[in-house]
Amino acid sequence: MVLSGAEIVIRCLQEEKVEYVFGYPGGAVLFLYDALFQQDKVRHVLVRHEQAAVHAADGFARSTEKVGVALVTSGPGATNAVTGIATAYCDSIPMVIISGQVPTAAIGQDAFQEVDTVGITRPCVKHNFLVKDVRDIALTMKKAFYLARTGRPGPVLVDIPKDVTMQRCEFEYPKEISMRSYNPVVKGHSGQIKKAVQLLLEAKRPMIYTGGGVVLANAAEQITRLTRLLGYPITNTLMGLGGYPFGDRQYLGMPGMHGTFEANMAMHYSDVLLAVGARFDDRVIGNPAHFAEEPRKIIHIDIDPSSISKRVKVDVPIVGDVREVLEEMIRQLEAGEARPNPDALATWWKQVEEWRSRRCMAYKNSDEIIKPQFVIQKLWEVTGGEAIVTSDVGQHQMWAAQYYGFDKPRRWLNSGGLGTMGVGLPYAMGAKLANPDMPVACVTGEASIQMNIQELSTCRQFRLPIKICNLNNRYLGMVRQWQELFHGGRYSESYMDSLPDFAKLAESYGHVGIRIDRPADVEGALREAFTTYKNELVFLDFQIDATENVYPMVQGGKGLTEMILSAEDL
Amino acid sequence: MRHVISLLIENESGALSRVSGLFSARGYNIESLTVAPTEDLSMSRMTIVTTGSDDIIEQITKQLNKLVEVVKVVDISEAAHIERELMLVKVRATGKDREEIKRTADIFRAHIIDVTDASYVVELTGNQGKLDAFIGAIDPALILETVRSGVCGIGRGDRVLKV
Repeated sequence: MVLSGAEIVIRCLQEEKVEYVFGYPGGAVLFLYDALFQQDKVRHVLVRHEQAAVHAADGFARSTEKVGVALVTSGPGATNAVTGIATAYCDSIPMVIISGQVPTAAIGQDAFQEVDTVGITRPCVKHNFLVKDVRDIALTMKKAFYLARTGRPGPVLVDIPKDVTMQRCEFEYPKEISMRSYNPVVKGHSGQIKKAVQLLLEAKRPMIYTGGGVVLANAAEQITRLTRLLGYPITNTLMGLGGYPFGDRQYLGMPGMHGTFEANMAMHYSDVLLAVGARFDDRVIGNPAHFAEEPRKIIHIDIDPSSISKRVKVDVPIVGDVREVLEEMIRQLEAGEARPNPDALATWWKQVEEWRSRRCMAYKNSDEIIKPQFVIQKLWEVTGGEAIVTSDVGQHQMWAAQYYGFDKPRRWLNSGGLGTMGVGLPYAMGAKLANPDMPVACVTGEASIQMNIQELSTCRQFRLPIKICNLNNRYLGMVRQWQELFHGGRYSESYMDSLPDFAKLAESYGHVGIRIDRPADVEGALREAFTTYKNELVFLDFQIDATENVYPMVQGGKGLTEMILSAEDL
Repeated sequence: MRHVISLLIENESGALSRVSGLFSARGYNIESLTVAPTEDLSMSRMTIVTTGSDDIIEQITKQLNKLVEVVKVVDISEAAHIERELMLVKVRATGKDREEIKRTADIFRAHIIDVTDASYVVELTGNQGKLDAFIGAIDPALILETVRSGVCGIGRGDRVLKV
């Protein structure tokens, strides 16, 4: 069948079973939008800013296991998309971004709305393509989806000049794809796995540390089985929350800068550490030199060899798909006679429980002023822990991660790697479209929400009943916290003045807005949002304690054991 | 430590910038980089001379392997290998210097490939040390310009970098 380049692109999306494209039209993508208009399989969500298009597609991908798709025009459309692309890249989210480009003859002529999109995005994509011939579109699209979802996932950008979308050629979507330069490892090395199992069984102070890789590989079930089989303590990083059920006794909470005392101490003093789909990030292990002071054997399972021995020397590296490797470990454990040493394990658990008894997550609640932790706890109660929760970046993000207990994967969406403010609302949009029957809450702050607040309009157009929980403290809270602790209380530009009345603002977009000033009203407002206004977007503007800080805390550059547990430690 | 990394990469536009961009983004050194298509025109072969600790070199090879267009990566300096570099030097050649430069070129088994009444262009192939030695042997005042190709490398004997 002979089709135009634009029609071919849309046909490729259909072939890939793409349900939603998040985008914004412009000159270079007019033919693509025309082709979109003339079919009804792929639905388009018109955002109000290209950054939100990419974030929404990213949120769609995070909350499912599908590839998110965004469509933007050339020049400013592409540059606006860059923050979204980099955000997805840092968290290894499978996405395909299609960008329009000026006609091939105009490339390099400083044409209107021309930028070198492939050049600008090169460092923040898994791969990108400039399609110069209509006959290459189908194969390129096939490669883009294949690259995005296989191996270590990531965003792939396809830049298509306007004239290429206009030209016509025979369309056939390739069934198979193979690339001699790209062959991601799936199965782990069986010898290495055997070594790892042996080492785990000999451990006296074992610890399991899992990250976003477990969520991305859909390996929550496997990590849970393995952890229960061994009886060892486990921690999930910020990106890995929900990988192991929050409420389980073996779960020690999140590690790292704002992690729990018990998780950090157990990480530090373990003699065998099993790292799964995690990358020893600076926010997780603190100072690597301090971390290395305590001798321990490290087993590291990751799909990406370059993540292994990057910041921390690893003793047993296993490159492979996390789920496959865990399955094999479980198989070997179950087949063998050997079990962990019960005496050593009991002694270790005694120590872990002693650390846990410090109750580092306790906070002083108040009848007078709303505490942010309290809001999150109530959100968890009201939703029965069954909501998809997105967050922006800052204090509210940490409180959401600490106090909303995630029992299942793909329920917690946040920008862990790049730390992009403004992702919360578009993530919620993508998640709500992907999971229309699930409650979706966006935990945000008055600063973050304003970075993509225009999307309230998109939410109205597409009737997305998201519940926005704005923890409004009139400060760039995390900046203020660091200024209080490390910059002599000089609050340089961290105060938010001239804030809008968020409730009224939400109402002006056609949503429901509620302002909450007293702790006693928190639960009622949340219940109202999730029941009375179930089918509406509700903007809950919680006026919280402006001076509240996130604890526990490991200061930048310090070691995991050098924690500030509460304000009293200062 | 100095390392010579050879790689095969798809011969597509932008492939070189993916490699050079990787080095600059991650703060790795490039001492020299050469690239040209192989006998199979769909692929280019690149030789990169870099320096770094073992950990850094391990990361460099892993990161290079991760690039989608890179087909194969080998640190050829891990075992017996040969390095060659081409240098062209334009020197002022007048009076008694003409004979002196000719003699030096002969000693280094270099060729004079362009002659005017005031200058020579000397062509010299060898490892970096030999090229440096030739530069050292010529009076600096006589050197008008030099151009070096960067290092090309290949493993000895059975060590073959091929798809």
